[in-house]
Amino acid sequence: MENIYLAIVLGPLAGAVVAGLLGRWIGRGGAHWVTILGVATSFALSLVVLWHLVVEGAPAFDGSVYTWMTAGGIHFEIGFLIDRLSALMIAVVTFVSLAVHIYTIGYMREDPGYIRFFSYIALFTFAMLMLVMSNNFLQLFFGWEGVGLVSYLLIGFWYERESATFAALKAFLVNRVGDFAFVLGIALVVMYFNTLNYEPVFRVAPLMAELSIQVVPGMDWSVVTLICLLLFVGAMAKSAQIPLHVWLPDSMEGPTPISALIHAATMVTAGIFMVARLSPLFEYSPTALNVILVLGGATAFFMGLVGIVQHDIKRVIAYSTISQLGYMAAALGASAYAAAIFHLMTHAFFKALLFLGAGSVIIAMHHDQDMRHMGGLRKYMPITYITFLVGSLALCGIPPFAGFFSKDSIIEAVHASQLPGAQFAYYCVLGGVLVTALYTFRMFFLVFHGKERMDEHTRSHLRESPAVVTVPLVMLAIPSALVGWYTIRPILFGGYFGNSIAVLPAHNVLAEVGRDFHGPAVMAEHSVHTPALWLALGGIFLMWVVYWLRPALAGILRRTFLPIYYILEHKYWFDDLNEKVIAAGGRLMGRLLWRIGDVRLIDGLMVNGSAWLVGRWAAISRRMQTGYLYHYAFTMLIGLLLFLSWFVVR
Amino acid sequence: MTFEMPDFWLALPEMFVLGMACFILVLDLFLPEERRGISYFLAQITVIGAFVSSLWVAPAGVQTTFDGMFVSDPLGTFLKLAIYVLTAGVFLYSRGYLRDRALYKGEYYVLGLFGMLGMMVIVSASSLLTIYLGLELFSLSLYAMVAFDRDSLRASEAAMKYFVLSALASGTLLYGLSLLYGLTGSLEMSQVAQFAGGHAGEHYAFVFALAFVLVGVAFKFGASPFHMWIPDVYHGAPTSVTLYLGAAPKVAAFAMAMRLLVDTLGPLQASWGPMLVVLAVLSLAVGNVVAIAQTNIKRMLAYSTISHMGFLLLGLLAGTRTGYSAALFYAVVYALMSLAAFGVVILLSRAGFEAERLGDFKGLNERSPWFAFMMLVAMFSMAGVPPTAGFYAKLAVLAAVIDVHQTWLAVVAVFFSLIGAFYYLRVVKLMYFDAPADPEPLTARLDLRVALSANGLLLLGLGIYPGLLMGWCLAALH
Amino acid sequence: MITLQDYLVLGAILFCVGVAGIFLNRKNVIVLLMSIELMLLAANMNFVAFSYFLGNAAGQVFVFFILTVAAAESAIGLAILVVLFRNRRSINVEDIDTLKG
Repeated sequence: MENIYLAIVLGPLAGAVVAGLLGRWIGRGGAHWVTILGVATSFALSLVVLWHLVVEGAPAFDGSVYTWMTAGGIHFEIGFLIDRLSALMIAVVTFVSLAVHIYTIGYMREDPGYIRFFSYIALFTFAMLMLVMSNNFLQLFFGWEGVGLVSYLLIGFWYERESATFAALKAFLVNRVGDFAFVLGIALVVMYFNTLNYEPVFRVAPLMAELSIQVVPGMDWSVVTLICLLLFVGAMAKSAQIPLHVWLPDSMEGPTPISALIHAATMVTAGIFMVARLSPLFEYSPTALNVILVLGGATAFFMGLVGIVQHDIKRVIAYSTISQLGYMAAALGASAYAAAIFHLMTHAFFKALLFLGAGSVIIAMHHDQDMRHMGGLRKYMPITYITFLVGSLALCGIPPFAGFFSKDSIIEAVHASQLPGAQFAYYCVLGGVLVTALYTFRMFFLVFHGKERMDEHTRSHLRESPAVVTVPLVMLAIPSALVGWYTIRPILFGGYFGNSIAVLPAHNVLAEVGRDFHGPAVMAEHSVHTPALWLALGGIFLMWVVYWLRPALAGILRRTFLPIYYILEHKYWFDDLNEKVIAAGGRLMGRLLWRIGDVRLIDGLMVNGSAWLVGRWAAISRRMQTGYLYHYAFTMLIGLLLFLSWFVVR
Repeated sequence: MTFEMPDFWLALPEMFVLGMACFILVLDLFLPEERRGISYFLAQITVIGAFVSSLWVAPAGVQTTFDGMFVSDPLGTFLKLAIYVLTAGVFLYSRGYLRDRALYKGEYYVLGLFGMLGMMVIVSASSLLTIYLGLELFSLSLYAMVAFDRDSLRASEAAMKYFVLSALASGTLLYGLSLLYGLTGSLEMSQVAQFAGGHAGEHYAFVFALAFVLVGVAFKFGASPFHMWIPDVYHGAPTSVTLYLGAAPKVAAFAMAMRLLVDTLGPLQASWGPMLVVLAVLSLAVGNVVAIAQTNIKRMLAYSTISHMGFLLLGLLAGTRTGYSAALFYAVVYALMSLAAFGVVILLSRAGFEAERLGDFKGLNERSPWFAFMMLVAMFSMAGVPPTAGFYAKLAVLAAVIDVHQTWLAVVAVFFSLIGAFYYLRVVKLMYFDAPADPEPLTARLDLRVALSANGLLLLGLGIYPGLLMGWCLAALH
Repeated sequence: MITLQDYLVLGAILFCVGVAGIFLNRKNVIVLLMSIELMLLAANMNFVAFSYFLGNAAGQVFVFFILTVAAAESAIGLAILVVLFRNRRSINVEDIDTLKG
């Protein structure tokens, strides 16, 4: 099996290398074929692995394939931990990646960076697989940075656009904050556990729970809590949790396929995956879990609200992604790791579907992303319309679509949690359901129904996208509709994850939820008696009225709720805080250091000062070379006397 | 009474050079102006012949002849080979320069060969008399060479200064030698050394003599405070003679130091070590600092020579085999760097125009990127920037000094070479970032271009793979 | 009886006079040449004295060589002097100062 694991990782890498280095020779066709072949191989093999683990019931694999170096008893290795958690992730990642690869053929058709793009997304797939399959913190970090790197490259893919380079820079800087904490967390792990591998860390974690560390003198902090919080700060940046979410909406500057692949389905969920993977560690820190729960809930609700006032179709979906990541984080905080991963999976399908659907719309609209210019696209783009509807319903959590099962489980799990912040988080995720319905169907009705607001030229060219675009849409619509129904029982309540996820009995909320679970049909039927479904339906109905029946209402509503609208319009001033206070403050400090420290002290006093001193010294001492023979001879005589003085001294 | 024939075989290269020099001197009288090339080729053949014969006669170990006055050993052979290569390079570089200036006379080559012969005698000396004769033969040739351009005021002034100061130095040296003779009753170096090591009671007298001898050695190096002649002579002499002065004589000075200080007065290492420290530190300071204030490139390179000799002395004063080999490596590498730098000066000069001012290097990159790069390599090598040979030479010397726990000296040396980096980089800046003041294309002959390129690449090659030359240096000092 | 010490003192005095002549004289270059001769003479005096008192002929042989070299040196010195005079129209030591700094 080891060879299969290696092949899964190396397939996309080979594709990326060939497309990246030999792109000029193999051409555009060669580039997409070689990368698609690599990713398709990975996907097929990932199914083999999944089959091997789930159906044949093989034990988990944990071993290293290559030792890079050993220092001070710590091994730096490349190794794989293949259990049911990572196997599921591999399958999701390779499947979405494959769909995106195919879709890209259509979406990027006219772009001059076509080959470069394929090389990047294959490279991304490689890094993501390294991250997911890792059995140690070093490789986790490698994958973590690798996906980050490709993400910056792809956000800034259209580097001629100033806004794209700005967005890439922003993503880079925000992620630096997270990575800094992440590295500190790993360093603490090495310091206290003296190993980089997961397995020994998990084994020792219960014994470390009581250990404390004094970072600030006089304050005892639990080591495990500190490690978990630091690692989670890394996850906050990667998975866009408040307040490090600011980069994700801007990242929509990148081409749409990567918005689907990286900024919806895979990379942004790396933080969620990481916490689930390290659940044996996080379980021993209720403090960290509580922080995750509260932040997740807040992100789910408040970021969803911002989505309601956006006009750019991709930005709406971006805020939706942040909000859904908040749901996953809330599930993690409630120790419902399985629910988080379950939602991660369903979300990967339907959010990739929505992004690709939006991309299809954007192609039809000649790369205009403003929803105010759309409307009535239903009759021009039937396939996009239907698949987009499936994705929307799944996102809003309408039974029996996939999102319903995962989201409802999270709401129930948060409800059942006993942590101090659970009450707050519960209302957040519940309110989030209404908000989700509002922004989703606002978008849906604005784009596909109502008056056709585009200009004449665009309208005349409106048509359904080609097959390379619609096939991936259908490919993703099927799991978006069905995957929840068929997999909720094994994944959430059937002990699918086994011991790849550890939950302490005291935190086991899913077991509690599972007591009332009697199959997906019953669950769907029961939803009629829950507030969540009615909130969602209410939201959809409201949007139907406002954006389809009575478009005039939108303006009235905006005026009525002007203060709230104003706050949302400015996205709670997070961007202003960052740009005007943090970035400007940093620049101010840099300028001060430059002016006073650099220009005055270092340049002025030390560098120029010493240069001036040497110059003066040189000018004076060259006068000793007078040009007169007798002075020269006299100098030599002094030298001789100097030597003779040795004779006297000694 | 029997008369034992000395073994002439070991002195074959010297005799060959002497004979050829005399032959060229006479032949040149009968050559018409336009056939002057024959003298040049004969001179080159002489150098090549000396090279071959030196390799041929080189004994496996140490052999002396002429009643212990002449020695042939691996060190001597290596030094001579280095001197031949450098002299051949000088002859090649100066040919076009001399031709353009009505200086294309056989005497240049004859004097050059006699100078080389003097250096060979210094290298092979094993008696105080031999080394004095070699030194004088070499010096007398150089006086004449400096004054070679008879109509130049600067050249005659430089020759006068060189002559007086050099005579003062060799007079002092001679006085020291006479004292050594008086103390030991012998002129043979090995016997003097034996005596100096065995008679602790006369230690002070030996130190007294040492002070005088050291003046002569330091003068040949141009180490401060015996450096005053260097800037004026380098500046005043025709560039082709400056080239000669800057290359092989450094190797000869090293030979003189080895023969007089190590072979003759080796037991007094505890006394001359500290004296060399004074010389080295003063040279590093004076050379590097004053060079900054220079606007004439020949003068600047003259001060840079002084600082490099300071570095070389660091290797000698360590008093260990690694130190000596580092100093030897430094001497050879410095001679090569000096050859390259002055070679570019010659390359830029043409009839009626001396490219001596720093300003003449402006925008060289636009006029000839390749030779700008060669100058860059030479400057980087002098400044000690890796991966050039100069870097490794400095490194080896510093390592030798640190080995004998004189770390403070290494710190001083690095500090001053840091200051020194400024004026080397200034040349680089002029070449690459300033607009050319003189847009004329370069009109150098092909042989000069090829030799200069080889010279620059050699500096790079020795920096990347210094082990070869270093291996020879270590073997020579075995 | 003249001892070795007397010869050595004489040699030292000659040497000092020679050196002093080089850096005290500011007028005539020919005086410089004479001073150099004096220094060589001092060395010769030492060699001969040592040779005599050591009963070793090598020193005297050395002296012959020094005399020869001194002659050659004077010849070259005078030649340079002539060249200098032709260019400068002066053999004043204080005038030889175009190269400096």
